[in-house]
Amino acid sequence: MGPGGVDGRGAVSEPGGAAAARSELEDAARRAEARRGFLIALPAWFYLTLFFVIPLGIVAVYSFATRSSTGRTVLSDWNFDSYRRLWDSLVVEIALRTLLLALATTLICLMFAYPLAYYMATRRPALRNVLLILVMIPFWSNFLVRTYAWKVLLGSDGPVSQLSQALGGEPIRLLFTNTAVIIGLVYGFLPFMVLPLYTALERMDWSLVEAARDLYADGWTAFRKVTWPLSIPGVVAGSILVFIPTLGAYVTPAILGGAKTTLAGDYIVSQFLAARNQPFGSALSMGMMLIMLAATIVYFRWFRPSGRDL
Amino acid sequence: MAAAVALQGVSKAFGDVYAVRELDLAIRDGEFFSLLGPSGCGKTTTLRMIAGFEFPTEGSLQIHGVEMALQPPNERPVNTVFQSYALFPHMTVEENVGFGLRMKKVGGTEIAERVKRALDMVRLSHRATAAPKQLSGGQQQRVALARALVNEPEVLLLDEPLGALDLKLRQAMQTELKDLQARVGITFVYVTHDQGEALTMSDRIGVMHEGRLLQVGTPQEIYERPTSRFVAGFIGEINLLPATVIDHDSVRLAGGRLVAAATGVAPGSEVTVALRPERLELYGVNEVIPTNLNTVRGRVTRRVYFGDVFFYDIDTTDGVIEVKEENRPGVDLHEIGEEAVVAWDPAASTVVER
Ligand SMILES: Nc1ncnc2c1ncn2[C@@H]1O[C@H](COP(=O)(O)OP(=O)(O)OP(=O)(O)O)[C@@H](O)[C@H]1O
Ligand SMILES: [Mg+2]
Repeated sequence: MGPGGVDGRGAVSEPGGAAAARSELEDAARRAEARRGFLIALPAWFYLTLFFVIPLGIVAVYSFATRSSTGRTVLSDWNFDSYRRLWDSLVVEIALRTLLLALATTLICLMFAYPLAYYMATRRPALRNVLLILVMIPFWSNFLVRTYAWKVLLGSDGPVSQLSQALGGEPIRLLFTNTAVIIGLVYGFLPFMVLPLYTALERMDWSLVEAARDLYADGWTAFRKVTWPLSIPGVVAGSILVFIPTLGAYVTPAILGGAKTTLAGDYIVSQFLAARNQPFGSALSMGMMLIMLAATIVYFRWFRPSGRDL
Repeated sequence: MAAAVALQGVSKAFGDVYAVRELDLAIRDGEFFSLLGPSGCGKTTTLRMIAGFEFPTEGSLQIHGVEMALQPPNERPVNTVFQSYALFPHMTVEENVGFGLRMKKVGGTEIAERVKRALDMVRLSHRATAAPKQLSGGQQQRVALARALVNEPEVLLLDEPLGALDLKLRQAMQTELKDLQARVGITFVYVTHDQGEALTMSDRIGVMHEGRLLQVGTPQEIYERPTSRFVAGFIGEINLLPATVIDHDSVRLAGGRLVAAATGVAPGSEVTVALRPERLELYGVNEVIPTNLNTVRGRVTRRVYFGDVFFYDIDTTDGVIEVKEENRPGVDLHEIGEEAVVAWDPAASTVVER
């Protein structure tokens, strides 16, 4: 701004000197604020850099490296060979299977979690808290232990199979199938779907639903036109929280899945350990992160229009 | 012709707490009817039963002669304007207004026309494509009105629709609502705890207290002929003087003074004489007072200046009496500490229960 003058509406603006002095003060305050923010975030920065950024960098670098005949990684002769191998039919098949499984898990979680979250959010406040605690109880014991429990449940002489036989049917062997993996994943990730959905529904202004009913919508239509669109942020958050980790799931498929149902996580581990091919394993990891990133972006884009202004 | 809304013996209990008890009420077709009462008296519950959001525990509820007590809201020919407006945040103004018509499967061109007319009516056509939260409180209020009225309901229900607006806007909207109601001729059932609002807008008022409907009448009847101590005390300023009935047209005040008042209850009954401050006159002790007036003598203990009026507190043996006198030439001023006589026409008083 120039030195003191008259602006368009005829009001006298401040003399330039005073304005400059004030903006200097403001700048100083802003800088101090930024410095404070940086200091507060420092431990987190440090942690993330050490355990996330640096390893990620190593993986990125390795993905362009070469594997020597002895299985050592040679940090020269940079090339795209490992990335080219990502289009092998075996890799594509594993990727598709993993995607499909993650998608199925997410959908099933959504189908189970939505009614539950809806039920919880419409209870009395005291009961809501009890239900919330119940949903979180599985976290009290170790994930690995719980997955082994499923192994017992789904085995050929487990309770599921026994029940089927008691009813005069065939023994059911679910263990080491895709179904078993999905059951395990749904079980493991259901709370991650329930919690964001619950949060979204709990914040719902139910008078909006009443308004829809008042304006001649029946119960189902009111849900479709009001409750569902307004709960989309919860659906998006929950779906991402389930979809992304299931894409990379390793423990559950390793315990409950069979050899024929190799998934991405399992395959990557095998490249690093059994095959001792770190460059290819790294390229696989990078590819998977790209898919996750793309999926997340698509998901947000896809749901944005109906969930606007929330 | 059947009443627009008729409630008979309607009660509503939440658990074992009764929010509404044995309510009998007939709201006439085309009238502006207000439900007035203090917080928690059951106004909203009554309105929600008419809308269909709550079902009566007991009793019958008819809309234009059709039993509706247990119909869901979407099957009732009524629409509601919510206190918080309840505009759909994920829809534009015109989508909000057209919602009811879309649900009723009205044709696209007709919807567009009717939505436009409704928005014209509330002077918001220029904001048709705005999101509700881009509008001011008063504008949101008008969208809510348009969204309900566009459906041409038989009865419009409004639950403290002006409660969230500031005083100035509230007064402007009161006039606007009243005009609108006269123009569209739809029956309005209006819930408020603001007595001024109820008095100025309504054709008739129903006063509720603790779940019961105490009195139904025109604003004038409610104000000037309250039938209960609660109604007398709830609406406007009023003096409530304890008294004992002597016969059908006189009572003895607590201080022993005998005054004329139509009673209608048995001699010896303990009652309250209700007197509006503006119906009282103050005389100096030496002035000649018309003999048909009741008089009580006391001392001026307080005088408050309101610009157009003065309020006086007169300490008498029958209690402190508040008098409202206009500030205009010819009305004498009285000083604090002075003796004065409070006088009123017997017809200006109402006798209610103790
Ligand atoms: N859903 C409910 N569950 C339990 N009690 C309720 C419920 N709704 C209302 N009540 C009770 O019923 C009584 C009447 O409530 P209501 O909302 O009808 O009052 P109101 O006259 O509208 O008051 P306000 O002026 O504060 O809005 C209150 O005591 C209230 O606590
Ligand atoms: Mg209320």
